[in-house]
Amino acid sequence: MKKVYTKPKSLKDAPFHYCPGCGHSIIHRLVAEVIDELGIRDKVIGIPPAGCAVLAYNYFDVDMCESAHGRGCAVGTGFKRAQPDKIIFTYQGDGDMAAIGTAETLHAANRGECITSIFVNNAVYGMTGGQMAPTTMLGQKTTTSPMGRRPDVEGYPLMITDIIATLKGAAFVARHSLATPAKILAAKRSIKKAFEVQMQGLGYSLVECLSPCPTNWKVTPVEAFKLLETRMEKEFPLGILKDVTKKAKG
Amino acid sequence: MTDKILMKGTNALGEAAVQAGCRCYFGYPITPQNELTEYMAKRMAEVGGVFVQGESETASINMVLGAAASGVRAMTSSSSPGISLKQEGISFIAADELPAVIVNIMRGGPGLGNIAPSQGDYFQATRGGGHGDYRTPVFAPASVQELYDITMHAFDVADIYRTPVIILGDGMLGQIMEPIVLNEKPKVKLPPKDYILDGAKGRPSRIIRSLILDTREMEAHNWKLKRKYDLMRKELPMWEEFMTDDAKLVVVAYGTAARIAKGAVKRSRKEGISVGLLRPITLWPFPEEAIKAVAKNARVFLVFEMNTGQMVDDVKLALEDNSRCVFYGRPGGEVPSPMEISRIIGRHWVQKEL
Amino acid sequence: MAANGMIKIDQNLCKACELCINVCPDNAIKLSSSLNHKGYHPAEFVSERCKACALCAIVCPEIAIEVYRDR
Repeated sequence: MKKVYTKPKSLKDAPFHYCPGCGHSIIHRLVAEVIDELGIRDKVIGIPPAGCAVLAYNYFDVDMCESAHGRGCAVGTGFKRAQPDKIIFTYQGDGDMAAIGTAETLHAANRGECITSIFVNNAVYGMTGGQMAPTTMLGQKTTTSPMGRRPDVEGYPLMITDIIATLKGAAFVARHSLATPAKILAAKRSIKKAFEVQMQGLGYSLVECLSPCPTNWKVTPVEAFKLLETRMEKEFPLGILKDVTKKAKG
Repeated sequence: MTDKILMKGTNALGEAAVQAGCRCYFGYPITPQNELTEYMAKRMAEVGGVFVQGESETASINMVLGAAASGVRAMTSSSSPGISLKQEGISFIAADELPAVIVNIMRGGPGLGNIAPSQGDYFQATRGGGHGDYRTPVFAPASVQELYDITMHAFDVADIYRTPVIILGDGMLGQIMEPIVLNEKPKVKLPPKDYILDGAKGRPSRIIRSLILDTREMEAHNWKLKRKYDLMRKELPMWEEFMTDDAKLVVVAYGTAARIAKGAVKRSRKEGISVGLLRPITLWPFPEEAIKAVAKNARVFLVFEMNTGQMVDDVKLALEDNSRCVFYGRPGGEVPSPMEISRIIGRHWVQKEL
Repeated sequence: MAANGMIKIDQNLCKACELCINVCPDNAIKLSSSLNHKGYHPAEFVSERCKACALCAIVCPEIAIEVYRDR
């Protein structure tokens, strides 16, 4: 019997601390598989966020530089500008990227910083116990929107990926979901494309992954994955929002 | 090079950074230090360095962190309100033990304040303005020449102790032009940068982080930083003494305030008053030993600052009997004349029958 | 004849999220009655109908599943 599927080399042997059914570890694996396939483990610098994935450096077997909450794209900018031959990815949650880090994210994209951002959107603040996030959906109950998010009080889910896709400095912007194996593999293809766009120096690349948070959504992992399709993907439509390598169609 | 060149304070500081090998500058416009940001925009391009005008001071300090983690000499500069925005980043850089130079050209405050020179950020700089147990070396130049020499020194201190270093100027110092000598960069043996991230090639992956969930580990890290700060207390203090040998009354002032005080001391000496000046150049570590030494002879210390009284606390801490310490301050960007200070000296001289 | 396959599940890593069970086209996995050291009933490979399609491994958050296929 030939082994056809196993752990990527760019991940350490540490077991994940994430909750059962969490999407973070799946996305970690996708990023690590891409790093293996592109053979860039010794040129990659990862920048974990403040959030559930702050401990990403326990898992990624690449050099990692922690950033303060929301400042990943600024740390990445400083690092990439100082060492242009290195390949930088920031790994950020919805609070990190679209709340406190909005300015750092938008301006890094707008400057066309050649870094890649992996944006994990699970519509809540996970590590701190399930508070409302910028991407919390209308009517979605969280510990800080106990009556469900109301547009006239808590505003609307922030479509940061779509905003970034309008910026000329952004070279590749895609939104994916972990809802099914096929969609997980599609997300991996975009993550690989994002790294390739960075390596070709074409500008900023961003891959958003809709990810389940069973613990804070208060559902089972299997239900959480269904909710990705029935709720999240309705609010956050999937697709390649921008790809400068594709000729303008028709 | 011994010939002199007329240079503006902010430009001298920027040129020193370039000569010290700073190749990454991240900043954000704020008066009264815009000229430094502009100077670095031009010079970094000329020397093939990196210049980024960040979207905020908060972003800029985090860009410094990223560049420092990659092993290059990096700097940012701002003025008072902007430095407040950088405090979180400075705390992270201190915790990560990364080298960096942060320049604060102080202005009137608090709040939006004004763009006039002031010294209201002394506590913020010397007590660690961000969260957590940390200190940073703080240098206070008082001339364009010192802006040049001290900036070069600051980069070495940052590398030697792997720490963020703060240069505290003020709006006047940054704007004045004085002839200076572009001294050679002092040859200093620097520790190897074996802690930086350059891609895990042929070695295990490396992490730069300050999240330490295990409290025993965090405590150990705190004490390690404390030992480093104690080492700085022993090795870094710098100060200048002017006419203190026979002085009964000693003025303690730094930066622009010290220049004014020196004029006042000369004026009072002509009136037969034996007064001197002690000018701290490192505000942290504070030159306590120098104060104690001068205190053997001097009976009264007049602390003069361009704020409502901050360094005066450190002078009192240095003196066993701090009743011999009096304070005179002009906050808010007001810049008194030497005559005004010499009158204050005269008043204390008479009242305390020195 | 479809390729014949097999999977190995590291029962210590499994957190009984049941995603593999939910996605396996051949119902070749079920939760075991025993407990692992974290107190979960780990997933268990129970039948020979596995075609090594690897869907289970793709969705497994813990990378606890290795897939084998013989030609």
